[in-house]
Amino acid sequence: MDAVKKEKKNWEEKVLKKVLEKRPERKKYFENYSKIKIGRLYTPEDIEDLDYLKDLGFPGNFPFTRGVQPTMYRGKLWTMRQYAGMGDAEESNKRYKYLLKQGQTGLSVAFDLPTQIGYDSDHQLAIGEVGKAGVAIDSLADMELLFKDIPLDKVSTSMTINAPCAIILAMYIMVGEKQGVNLSQLTGTTQNDILKEYIARGTYIFPPLPSLRLTTDVIEYASKYLPRWNPISISGYHIREAGATAVQELAFTLANGLAYIKALKMRNLNPDDFAPRFSFFFAVHNNFFEEVAKFRAARRLWARLMKERFKAKNPKSMMLRFHAQTGGATLTAQQPDNNIVRVTLQALAAVLGGTQSLHTNSRDEALALPSEDSVRIALRTQQIIAYESGISDTVDPLAGSYYLESLTNQMEKQALTYIKRIDKLGGMLQAIERGFIQREVQNSAYLLQKKIEKEEEVVVGLNRFRSEEESKLEKLILDPKIEERQKKRLKELKNKRNKEKVKKALNDIKKAIHPAPARRSGVHKQENLMPVILEAVGVYATVGEICEVMRQEFGEYRESVSI
Amino acid sequence: MGLIEKILQGDQKAAAKLISKIEDEPTSALEELKVLKERIVPVHTLGITGPPGVGKSTLIARLIERYREKNKKVGVLAIDPSSPFTGGALLGDRIRMQMHSPDEGVFIRSMATRGQLGGLSRATAKAVKVLTGWGADVVVVETVGVGQDEVEVMRVADTIVVVLSPGLGDDIQMMKAGILEIGDIFVINKIDQGETGHLERNLELVRPGREREGWVPAIIKTIAVKGSGIDELHQKIEEHRKYCGKPREVERADED
Amino acid sequence: MRKKIRVLIAKPGLDGHDRGAKVVARALRDAGMEVIYTGIRQTAEQIVNTAIQEDVDCLGLSILSGAHLKLFPKIVKLLKKRGGKNILIFGGGIIPSEDIPELKSMGVSKIFGPGTKTQGIIDFIKTQIDADGKRR
Repeated sequence: MDAVKKEKKNWEEKVLKKVLEKRPERKKYFENYSKIKIGRLYTPEDIEDLDYLKDLGFPGNFPFTRGVQPTMYRGKLWTMRQYAGMGDAEESNKRYKYLLKQGQTGLSVAFDLPTQIGYDSDHQLAIGEVGKAGVAIDSLADMELLFKDIPLDKVSTSMTINAPCAIILAMYIMVGEKQGVNLSQLTGTTQNDILKEYIARGTYIFPPLPSLRLTTDVIEYASKYLPRWNPISISGYHIREAGATAVQELAFTLANGLAYIKALKMRNLNPDDFAPRFSFFFAVHNNFFEEVAKFRAARRLWARLMKERFKAKNPKSMMLRFHAQTGGATLTAQQPDNNIVRVTLQALAAVLGGTQSLHTNSRDEALALPSEDSVRIALRTQQIIAYESGISDTVDPLAGSYYLESLTNQMEKQALTYIKRIDKLGGMLQAIERGFIQREVQNSAYLLQKKIEKEEEVVVGLNRFRSEEESKLEKLILDPKIEERQKKRLKELKNKRNKEKVKKALNDIKKAIHPAPARRSGVHKQENLMPVILEAVGVYATVGEICEVMRQEFGEYRESVSI
Repeated sequence: MGLIEKILQGDQKAAAKLISKIEDEPTSALEELKVLKERIVPVHTLGITGPPGVGKSTLIARLIERYREKNKKVGVLAIDPSSPFTGGALLGDRIRMQMHSPDEGVFIRSMATRGQLGGLSRATAKAVKVLTGWGADVVVVETVGVGQDEVEVMRVADTIVVVLSPGLGDDIQMMKAGILEIGDIFVINKIDQGETGHLERNLELVRPGREREGWVPAIIKTIAVKGSGIDELHQKIEEHRKYCGKPREVERADED
Repeated sequence: MRKKIRVLIAKPGLDGHDRGAKVVARALRDAGMEVIYTGIRQTAEQIVNTAIQEDVDCLGLSILSGAHLKLFPKIVKLLKKRGGKNILIFGGGIIPSEDIPELKSMGVSKIFGPGTKTQGIIDFIKTQIDADGKRR
């Protein structure tokens, strides 16, 4: 090492200095989105303290820096999972079958906003929103239609649902039951990450404490009956999309994870009983090495936190498995075809970061909902990386890069600093209630916007290399009759079902919620709501009806943190 | 129909316009104000003050509920600071009262300080009159909430509520020269977020409250987000209103 | 003295993507305007009453859910009914270019799509509203 240091000094004085005098560098200061200073050159000196066995180890072994499986993509490629859902259940069912036929290996369901916020399609606030950002689901009848002729024991399904997660999962279980699929055969993921909804995305219904109760109900239930289900997907994606830097995304996501573990521990559950089924969801943006480093740092930091803070014994509890999605906010409406290239770079970073599944965005998402052509190109991008690039043939091929390892160390360190600040504020719940997290994210978003406007950050086609031609992409046009059709279907259902049974089931939920001492310490004494929700869903009570009962009992959350 | 007539008939737009005029062209608004003043009887004015983050706006949102249950019309003036550099302002208090926005019996106006120190804007006192003219049965003034020198509110309010929260235990010692002296009622909000004993003890020690015969400043504990303690607070405010008797003429309005 | 420009930035509909709205609110503040931001999930009634009570010169609507053709007309109509026809309305979010003519015909002055510079919005407002706070 001394020889390296000596030689480096030599090089700086004899070679570098002259070059810099003659030809200064492009910028005085290089940094990435996380404001980490990027050095000119990385050498063994930069990773002097790196202990291979302690800090990197072997894939499948603690601290999982190099990956969660010993053979990674040599054994099995990542799951190619495109988020989709539009219109009504019938239309989405068609799209899913199309995607499966195209070689997609898992489903990812997008729900429309009324469903996500617990309103039926005939609610006053649902006007104009039904079937827009995803599929409208009012009752089990819609869910049966959504998965018609899709065998739930053969396909894994990821569902982006948070506040009403328990209800939607209950419907999925019921559909499985009707197909004759056993609970233990169901595979997939529910997002169920309510904390990040208060930070970004905004599809909350209830205040944080009762919401946390529902979240933990789902996790507890799954840990008992759904051995192959990921009951939660702790999501940094939306935090990043709201403007967070990569380090902030990493820190806030893991801090949310810690908050869930704490809440579950208060129910006297052992982390090793549920943590192995925790999954994560990250964004992947353009700065290639920063992103790869983020994923590797995430695995190592989570493993260490689980071991040190929660004394986890099962290695699976320490293993951070994640889904990645390319960054929607990085796409430009200008020259949309350029987005294909961005998505490719981002997807490459996700794969080199060791993702378990991946969604690649479509080129036209800054314009409207993606067209079928664009969705296909996005999927093909993944397939080209998987089958043609060769990067899936060896495990963690970038390891050992002086730059990457140094960056991984720095990102872990900075994320931990944030987590400790959040600890000092009393944990994530408090940090959110005080608006600390929201303000950090907003500040980053604003700074980035200013940088782009000052051209300190170049966005090709937007602030540099512009061209005037209009995009000629074909856009997806949604059937304007969807709202009416969905409302009609709902009305028919309400006439057809057994009203007495629905009434009783809703009342049972109300009773199960009571007594609900919303005191932090009282959480473990509460009844798990999954069984009563299953009962209600089974007699075709609607999402809106069940959520209304909960609104009455839990109250509604109102945004309180301004800018 | 003139602006004043419209305001007196409860026209929100007219009232909003006059408040803007008072803010933007204070001199030319004087005439209208003079006319208005002759036509109104002062109403109970409530000042809400306290450090940032203690939950003042949320508390006001809850108090509005109580007033509305009794069918009283409520005017709210929420003051936020203007940037000394750009003159711009983000007026963010309203976000926590927004559930009352559809209610025609509630009028919320956000105001920027526009360089004025002391927790209010120059136009606040006059805006109280406009809201009175609009028909408010009670006007609530929320101060900026940045410092202990926010004592301007005592010039406009009949009843002053000083809001605090746990975690301010030791800071309270530092405040004794400031807003603590003007409180008629002290609220410890967010009592679910920490131990309040320390704060209460310190408050007892330094609490002189507003010096008035026969009124002992009370301490009320609340959790505004959950609505607990609000009935008690509302009752105490009513008690103080009765104690005050006839609402005062607002002083500042006459000064300039 | 130049009249202060007052702006309401509002998010109608159910989508919670407020990054753009908040960035714009801050940029307008930094440009010397008084900005009221009322958070996500605002109904037409809430938005219009706020605009009237706050006597704003302009109203910026941000929406990304695709419900703009249903929600914008409702707001514009109600605003006119309440006497706010002089308020300058602009919009932003994911709004397909095909929908822009319809939105303009109903009284939305401009739609700012993805990639808009905040300076562009500031300039737009300042050219539309004169020193007395009146629409040009």
